[in-house]
Amino acid sequence: MTKRKAQPAATTPAILPPEHFKREDRLTAWFITIAMIALFIGGALGPLQKLEHVGINLYPALAKIGIGSVRIQSYYQGLTAHGVLNALVWTTFFIVGFFTYAIPRSLGRPLKQPRINLLALVLMIVGLVMAAIPILTNLASVLYTFYPPMKASVFFYLGLVLVVVGSWVAGLGYYVTYWQWRKDNPGQKTPFIALAAIITMVMWQIATLGIAIEILVLIIPWVLGWTEGTDPQLARTFFWFTGHPLVYFWLLPAYVSWYAMLPKQAGGKMFSEQLARLVFWLFLVLSIPVGLHHQFVDPGVPAGWKAIHAVITYSLFLPSMATAFTVVASLELGARARGGKGLLGWIRHLPWGNPSYTAQNLAMILFVFGGIGGLTNASYNLNLAIHNTAWVPGHFHLTVGSAATLTFFGIAYWLVPALTNKPLASRRAALAQAWTWFVGMLLMSNGLHILGLNFGVPRRTSLGSAPYLDPAWNPLQIEAAVGGIILGISGLLFFGNMLATALSRKRAEVREEMPVAEPLHPEYQTPAWLDNWRPWIVATILLILIAYGPVLVSMIANINLTSPGVQIR
Amino acid sequence: MHIDRYERLFIYAAVALLVVFMGALAVSSFAFGIRVPTAYEKVDPRTVATPPSPWGLPAEERLRELSPGNYEVYLLGQMWQFSPNTITVPAGSRVTFYVTSKDVQHGFKIAGTNINIMALPGEVGVLTATFDTPGTYNFYCHEYCGALHHTMYGQIVVEE
Ligand code: HEM
Ligand SMILES: [Cu+2]
Ligand SMILES: [Cu+2]
Repeated sequence: MTKRKAQPAATTPAILPPEHFKREDRLTAWFITIAMIALFIGGALGPLQKLEHVGINLYPALAKIGIGSVRIQSYYQGLTAHGVLNALVWTTFFIVGFFTYAIPRSLGRPLKQPRINLLALVLMIVGLVMAAIPILTNLASVLYTFYPPMKASVFFYLGLVLVVVGSWVAGLGYYVTYWQWRKDNPGQKTPFIALAAIITMVMWQIATLGIAIEILVLIIPWVLGWTEGTDPQLARTFFWFTGHPLVYFWLLPAYVSWYAMLPKQAGGKMFSEQLARLVFWLFLVLSIPVGLHHQFVDPGVPAGWKAIHAVITYSLFLPSMATAFTVVASLELGARARGGKGLLGWIRHLPWGNPSYTAQNLAMILFVFGGIGGLTNASYNLNLAIHNTAWVPGHFHLTVGSAATLTFFGIAYWLVPALTNKPLASRRAALAQAWTWFVGMLLMSNGLHILGLNFGVPRRTSLGSAPYLDPAWNPLQIEAAVGGIILGISGLLFFGNMLATALSRKRAEVREEMPVAEPLHPEYQTPAWLDNWRPWIVATILLILIAYGPVLVSMIANINLTSPGVQIR
Repeated sequence: MHIDRYERLFIYAAVALLVVFMGALAVSSFAFGIRVPTAYEKVDPRTVATPPSPWGLPAEERLRELSPGNYEVYLLGQMWQFSPNTITVPAGSRVTFYVTSKDVQHGFKIAGTNINIMALPGEVGVLTATFDTPGTYNFYCHEYCGALHHTMYGQIVVEE
């Protein structure tokens, strides 16, 4: 191992002009367009779910719309599409698109092998189509977790695998570019955005091994009839090996923007750049060995291992707290530079008129509530109170549905103008969009949280048709449904604005660029261990082996391939 | 590495908070006995609902009084019902639930209690609760299990 001392770049070079990134920008445009189409379809189903809960069942009407067998026929088919299209497709395609834009710009060079990233796009599209057809024809109504032994069409699983493999290939395209950058810039520290984004991709690559094993070893041979049964408990364990880091895969791109882009938009600087680097390394190490916190009430997992994962999950709270401090401090720097004064008076001087900023700041506020709820979920036996109740969708609409999604909306408000070289069609509509999402989400999430906690209302359930539907739930049900409708309107404002921007004939006066915040203290030397992959990768693998090794080995040794399963239609 | 003084204090405070939370969790699980399910035993879902398996008994015989006020119940989940789906015990009873499934995954949560278990084919989930307050407690299937998932529920009747 060669010892290198990372040096700060003498000056932060301006981003290369856009003509250097034509290929990257085309790829990004494809990725985020597909992401938005997925969210449009998946998101539209959300208000329908909430309306069903309060007795307005639009599914029979929806079943009449469609071509041939391509149509949404039931609540659960719709919920499958909602989960897959929003949580898996919108997020993954947007993130890969965002990184394809941001990593080359951060490194100051185009992709070394753009064909690799083109291949990634093709694989992901083929996988998406392959999984979408069975979902839309009701041959895979198994929800986005596809827990065995519910059986879906084999193409559903193959499609998901291809999407994941495509994202791996996208990662490879970034790595070769980064590799070359390291060779050409010996001793230079990696620019922050590139480092953080590449750490995110590496974490994702390791994490998705779980789902890959689940599908390729436990599911596909069984769905094809090569084995008579499968092991639902083991399958769940592999699923959540990927499932928890999945939530960090959604969140870390938002953190990239909050840390390194938003302060620039607010006129500030990165308060604590070194700590930010440490935070991303910690997420690499700690995101994966915590998956059992989704399985606290599973019958076949020893309680001791559940407790160990609970403790590691708690430690994961720390990098998020550091993020909260650094990001707020960076924004405060901006607000004070813009004339803000007083203990809290500076908050008014944040750029609230800028929709890209406002959306992301509101996303952060919603994430505070999401984080508190998450800590509750992770709290071992406290989980008994809320596991699989309406509390859980209440929680994750604040995280993936707001911290990630509303931040991605905020990013889109500069990224789409940057890609198209057109001004955002309506700033006011965009501001209204951010605020309506905020208000709608507060209402929906509050209602869902309390329904779950106080009444034990189950999640993933078409409550409007349930025999146990209780009038005592009405006030909260209505609150949540009103929230859901406001969210639906907010979604329409977003898509309308994006479409109007893309179709407009106006040219931007000044082309939007990626905002890149500078560190407050460029003079501080970044220690070499914060720019060295080896110790962090080793720590990641070691911790996975410690936290998952023994429990997985014993589960595999006692594998129980006895569940023949049921084909779901 | 340079970390701002206030930021350092903030992180220390977060650590302290977590230590307090962990202490609270330890107390609640050891002193108050609020346990999560743990690995118990494996069963074969293909035969679990036929005798001599305890889940193969008629539903009425699946609730047994082991000693005065001390019950066990063998609860089977299947698409789309629980059996037994009404469990009647006197107030003050301690009931241990042995929960499994014979087809797909189901969930079992009794509203207003700390009983929450995944019902997985091939596994047995075990938890114990004491029912002191008379009344009717609904339990719901909380894991999606197919087209009529929302109809799958039952009741615990705690009598005076
Ligand atoms: C238009 C705004 C939205 C509304 C009104 C909405 C509403 C809902 C509701 C009521 C549920 C619970 C259904 C149930 O448990 O039976 C749900 C589930 C879910 N939502 Fe949303 N949602 C919206 C947007 C989003 C977004 C933006 C995301 C993610 C990016 C998302 C991800 C999910 C996921 C992953 C589930 C869980 C599906 C499952 O349990 O299998 N939703 N949504
Ligand atoms: Cu998690
Ligand atoms: Cu169910």
